[in-house]
Amino acid sequence: MEGIKDKVAIIGMGTSPFGELWGKSVEDLIIDAATEAFADAGVESKDIQAAWLGTFDSGYTGQILSSPLQLQYIPITRVENVCATGIDAIRNASFGLISKAYDLVLVVGVEKMKDLGFGGLYGAPGVFHPVYGAQATAAGRYALAATRYFERYGLSPEEGKKILAMISVKSHYNGARNPKAHLRREVTIDDVINAPIIAWPLGLYDCCGITDGAAAAILCRTEDAKNFKHKGEYITIKGIGLSVGPGWGKEKGDYDYTHWPETEVAAKRAYQEAGIKDPRKELDLAEVHDCFSIAELIATESLGFCEHGKAKLDIEAGSFTLEGDLPVNPSGGLKSFGHPIGASGCREVSEIYNQLLGRAELPQRQLKNPKLGLVHNQGGHPGRFMAGVCIVGLP
Amino acid sequence: MVGIVSFGAYVPFYRLSRDRIGSAWGKGGASTERTVAGADEDAITMAVGAGLDCLQGWVKEEIDCLYFASTTPPYALKQSASIISAACNLRGDINTADFGNSFRSGTNAIRSAIDAVKSGSYKKVLVTASECQIPPPDSEQEFILGDGAAAFLIGDSDVAVSIEGSYSISNEFMDFWRLPTDLYNQSWEDRFVLDMGYFRLLPQAVSGLMEKYQVSSKDFSKVVYNAPDPRSHRAIAKSLGFDVNKQVQNPLFDVVGNTGAASSMMILISALEGAKPGDRILFANYGDGADAFILQVNSQIEKSKQRKGISGYLISKMMLPSYGKYLHFRNLMKWDVDRRPTPRTSLPIYFRESKGLFRLIGQRCNRCGHEQFPRQRLCMWCQKRMQSPDEYEDVWLPKQKGHLFSYSMEQRASVIDLPNVNCVVDLEGGARFYGLMTDRDPEKLTIGMPMEFTFRKINDAQGVHNYFWKVRPVRE
Repeated sequence: MEGIKDKVAIIGMGTSPFGELWGKSVEDLIIDAATEAFADAGVESKDIQAAWLGTFDSGYTGQILSSPLQLQYIPITRVENVCATGIDAIRNASFGLISKAYDLVLVVGVEKMKDLGFGGLYGAPGVFHPVYGAQATAAGRYALAATRYFERYGLSPEEGKKILAMISVKSHYNGARNPKAHLRREVTIDDVINAPIIAWPLGLYDCCGITDGAAAAILCRTEDAKNFKHKGEYITIKGIGLSVGPGWGKEKGDYDYTHWPETEVAAKRAYQEAGIKDPRKELDLAEVHDCFSIAELIATESLGFCEHGKAKLDIEAGSFTLEGDLPVNPSGGLKSFGHPIGASGCREVSEIYNQLLGRAELPQRQLKNPKLGLVHNQGGHPGRFMAGVCIVGLP
Repeated sequence: MVGIVSFGAYVPFYRLSRDRIGSAWGKGGASTERTVAGADEDAITMAVGAGLDCLQGWVKEEIDCLYFASTTPPYALKQSASIISAACNLRGDINTADFGNSFRSGTNAIRSAIDAVKSGSYKKVLVTASECQIPPPDSEQEFILGDGAAAFLIGDSDVAVSIEGSYSISNEFMDFWRLPTDLYNQSWEDRFVLDMGYFRLLPQAVSGLMEKYQVSSKDFSKVVYNAPDPRSHRAIAKSLGFDVNKQVQNPLFDVVGNTGAASSMMILISALEGAKPGDRILFANYGDGADAFILQVNSQIEKSKQRKGISGYLISKMMLPSYGKYLHFRNLMKWDVDRRPTPRTSLPIYFRESKGLFRLIGQRCNRCGHEQFPRQRLCMWCQKRMQSPDEYEDVWLPKQKGHLFSYSMEQRASVIDLPNVNCVVDLEGGARFYGLMTDRDPEKLTIGMPMEFTFRKINDAQGVHNYFWKVRPVRE
């Protein structure tokens, strides 16, 4: 397997505002993100030869994209892999470029979540189970991992909740400094620990926001990148790994709920393609899937940033803060920036894109000279994941 | 001789103190308590609980027939016995029937079972009786009623309690009734109902039995019978000529309540739990007339002690913390509109997955030996085919206990009994169950605690009760 390293360049990105956007439709979100990306790349919609739309539940078929953008009869593929949708859309678009079927493509991830009337996910219509699907929410399923993690590593519920709280405090701190984030305010450890319980041991601030938003990327082959507006200002994809688990870990006695196997497989592949031996040393920043605080805690271990069971030490040492040696979720993460399911992967790439190109909106959140970043998406729930890891860097 | 081969009971985990009922309405109460079926329970699930308790240690393949008796079947059209039979994992080639419309339906079913065994049609008949009545809030009935179930295995071999005689009367007398459109029972002025109904008809059946078999009250070590209320139960003992203190079996009003069609059968089980070989019991059941039986206990009664029974189930309990919780359990108010998606079901999915969903039958892979659930086409461990009988064996999981591997408690789930406890349970056979926990004290959950299966409703969706299995901390 030759791999994807440096074959594809991201030459433009855009994001809609993220939040409870009562006044914006799916179409508005797509237009916001795509318009910004077109302008950033210096291309027009008529230049796009093919497109990939990533969405979980905000409409079906590629027409969700062609209609608002008035794209004229080009191939558009709708990609869905739950929360791993965004990375998977970029992955498929990349293959379209590498095969030389197309030279310039568009990827849009979008999710309109706040038209439903309740805080949560609807679930894909048509596919459901009267029993297995009806029993638990994402929070309840992820919380099983928190309980088990505390048990395995000898943390009392109080100790465990405090470590998780430190993750959420960091995310809110970062999000408060990010103009496009949904939840732009800082919280304290006490706020997090004393918040109402959603699914014990997880409380309100252990859970990400329910957010509307879209993100778009313009991609071309790296050898063509210099032909576009920004000349040298682009990033390349260093590696992409995608792993879809068989989904029976939750019912197999050999799964312990304290690591993310799909993420480990996807990361291994991505690191291999990117030639990364020591992710902790070589990566300059990471946007990891933190739909719940426990998701980020375990992701930092499963992505190889630290040993299993040792994230606590790094969290207490501040290793993953903006000032730490490996900032994790400098954008605020899903926790604070928001998590529109299909948009998140693209949105996280855009955070790395902006950081690598020195374009973070405010100087206080711009990292110093980052060169290599990681994006991690994870759909499903413990024991039944689909995970994507994408490494992007300066050319 | 035909008789009771085995017996078992089910008493819900939840209890409501009568003081709490009284204080909800600004009235006096009592320090006693009544049982309350959980939000995920109904007459079917409780009958399954009693049926499985009764069948502990018996070969289920020998059951030829299952009867279910109740005035509160979850479906007016759709047989409950067929669902109970599946959940108890009985054979498919058996007779099943529902008895209803009367508090006497439980003994109607027992009499039918006796006759069926006597005639040679069946060797063993499982009779279940179960009741989950909803009393009107702020009524006398609210204090008196309780929920629960009983089961008897009737046969002509391995008999522990032989049925030596029976006598029945049928009467058109109207005392309690419920229209198809009614939620609550209706009745007439209680003096009329009791004097011309209960106090007239139950003694007729008892004296008819005594005359027929030439016995008197002195010939019985115990007398078991139901009553609409505790006062009437006490009052009638005297008129029947029984010693209230020595002979009359405690009718469970203080700890269970009147469980309608299951009531006299639950009291009988309570009596049998304390019975010795040689005891002779008069067993009577009132409702639309009355049935009376002479029961003779023999040494076989000491054989099976595996059951939880009334006494076992009574020990493990949780008091409902508030009357409001009870209102939620029985859905007795117009609640705030839930903006979340309404639950759905799919009967074709139940049809395809009946073995897993109703019977909770998992598989053991013949190649790698791993037990597993849900049922697979390819082994989740070795990825080999598990589609033909030589590739796997069925494993009936409800008989296995397990240990709690992890759990979480959802406070915002769309369920009545919050928190919704998600859990992972590793079973003793090696399979792992990923599902919901019920009948739990949220304050007392610990990883590693022993768990057992219980048949419940997951929800009600599109007019269908979505039954499946949950786990609960072992009730001991």
